[in-house]
Amino acid sequence: MHELSIAQSILNTALQEMASRQLPRISKIVVHVGALSGVVPEALQFGFDALKKQTPLEGTELSIEMIPVRGHCTDCGADFEVENFAFSCPQCQSGHIQMTRGDELNIAYLEVEEEPSASGATS
Amino acid sequence: MATQVKIEKKVLSENDRLAADIRQQLQQHGVVALNFVSSPGSGKTSLLEKTLSALKDELRIGLIAGDVQTENDANRLRLAGGQMVQPLVTGGACHLDAKMITRVLPEFDLSRLDLLIIENVGNLVCPSSYDLGEAMKVVLISTTEGDDKPLKYPGMFRRSSVMVINKIDLLGTSDFDLERVKANARQINADLKIFEVSCRTGEGLDAWYDWLRDLVRR
Repeated sequence: MHELSIAQSILNTALQEMASRQLPRISKIVVHVGALSGVVPEALQFGFDALKKQTPLEGTELSIEMIPVRGHCTDCGADFEVENFAFSCPQCQSGHIQMTRGDELNIAYLEVEEEPSASGATS
Repeated sequence: MATQVKIEKKVLSENDRLAADIRQQLQQHGVVALNFVSSPGSGKTSLLEKTLSALKDELRIGLIAGDVQTENDANRLRLAGGQMVQPLVTGGACHLDAKMITRVLPEFDLSRLDLLIIENVGNLVCPSSYDLGEAMKVVLISTTEGDDKPLKYPGMFRRSSVMVINKIDLLGTSDFDLERVKANARQINADLKIFEVSCRTGEGLDAWYDWLRDLVRR
């Protein structure tokens, strides 16, 4: 159950961004969680919702996007989605698979309610 | 009007930064660090006791003994001949992180170490997310556990370089199938180096010691 400390890191990062970019209100924090990141999304959501109370992010929604595991075969070069954590190439059956996606634990972007011309923001 | 503000920042970027610092310090001094992970009761401390007894006159081994509570493991490792054993009690936390390692690392004279073994908290989930600056992770599993454990905890087996199967003296007393556990582990990680040992009888440990000697000499 390390999701609570991860939720705290997300909260702290968002608060820092809020201060440094002078964002008036963050409506949503979008995080990317890889299927092999070791993070349970329900526990992360629970932790975030508990920690955000009585902070400037009390009204902020945490949106968790799960990222499936993808692999690259270093023998034949095939790129594919790894299903059921079976790291074997569907084309040549090789087990030498580089994981290209699926271990992410990233804050992707914040959704902010403000004018689109504000500094530091992209549409 | 909602606007998107791109962040693209790793949640554990602070941990990763500290881990990179640790890795650099260790490399500067030529110290090989291993991060030992397993479920509670697989035999991490037993394997380390055996390893210390066997190699203490050949290799200069430092140990960080992580535990949720008590310094029992650190005390056992000292009794086994560990000269440089540092307990790390997490006080409830389910994993070690790079910040904790940064705190205890100054207790070691790295110029007088060949090998640093970090015994993580018994847990196959949370420790997999935290880089401690190690050269590699060593995952332990024992024959009194389910042979489907690699499939249940794919993140840990994927991130480990070595798997040690302990308690092989008890094979046949449970439904644990040695070939099946190896096949399950290799499905997750084909490059996994596998050792089969019994810390109780000593079977298979010589191959493990040889591998450690080679690792340090490399």
